[in-house]
Amino acid sequence: MSKDEKAAGLMKTIMPEGFVFDPERGARWFTRAGHTGFLGMEYHDHGEDWIELALPWREDLVGVEETGVLASGPIISLLDNATSMSVWTRQGTFNPQVTLDLRIDYVRAATPGKTVIARAECYQVRRSMAFVRGIAHDGDMTDPVAHTAGIFMLVSSEGWSKP
Amino acid sequence: MSGYNLPPYARTMGMEVDHIEDGAPVIAMDFAERVQGRPGFLHGGAIGGLLEMAAHAALRAELDRQGSASRIKPVNISIEYLRGGVQERTFARGEVIRAGRRVANVRVEAWQGDRSKLVASSWMNFLLAAPKES
Repeated sequence: MSKDEKAAGLMKTIMPEGFVFDPERGARWFTRAGHTGFLGMEYHDHGEDWIELALPWREDLVGVEETGVLASGPIISLLDNATSMSVWTRQGTFNPQVTLDLRIDYVRAATPGKTVIARAECYQVRRSMAFVRGIAHDGDMTDPVAHTAGIFMLVSSEGWSKP
Repeated sequence: MSGYNLPPYARTMGMEVDHIEDGAPVIAMDFAERVQGRPGFLHGGAIGGLLEMAAHAALRAELDRQGSASRIKPVNISIEYLRGGVQERTFARGEVIRAGRRVANVRVEAWQGDRSKLVASSWMNFLLAAPKES
């Protein structure tokens, strides 16, 4: 059996025939541990090709001590996760992928104390790449905190994770 | 400069100034559950956070050299993820390309054991604002 066949077999075991990616359950699962769990990311909402994740404000995630403004690092993480999950939401299934690039514009500082919500959309999937965009806001979608555009590379499950 | 004041987020993530290289701090972050994305690998957001911290620190150092107390506000960042970050200590260092009167442009790179094998490469722009009157 080739490496690829082995990997495909493994994925079949994890995701049986007819597997459907449920964005809500998926997001809850992906935010339960690791970096996302540590930051306290939460599922918020989803549609056909978009998903929203929330990040409650926390004192130890602040970037400027004097103002209490959330650091931009956690916003990168939030947008990375939300855009990533928007791909699986659009496809209705889980495929291994890695971030190729991500660009973020910080439109304004997040309001101290407020939860930041990322709304991410996958607007196109090609054979090897998925194209995503999104915003982060703290209550008003028309007054975003950040704007993002990125690309995910669809990869083989071989070596994708090392549990 | 080794006394560069890292913000709460950076301390929470376990970031620290490893050493100073040609005037710019090399920021390091150990691998731990708190920075893990897919099992066994660094989360892209944690890499991004480290890159931003190194960019900020490099710019602060450059402004200090210029005798400027300007406040630094991030405008945008673009990150290329070059290879998966494995379960090792990660380093990042910024290079100030230009620090003008209102805007500064910084290039940043992140690596692990082998400096020539970058984990991520990035550019970041900052807005410079007059220091707050005290």
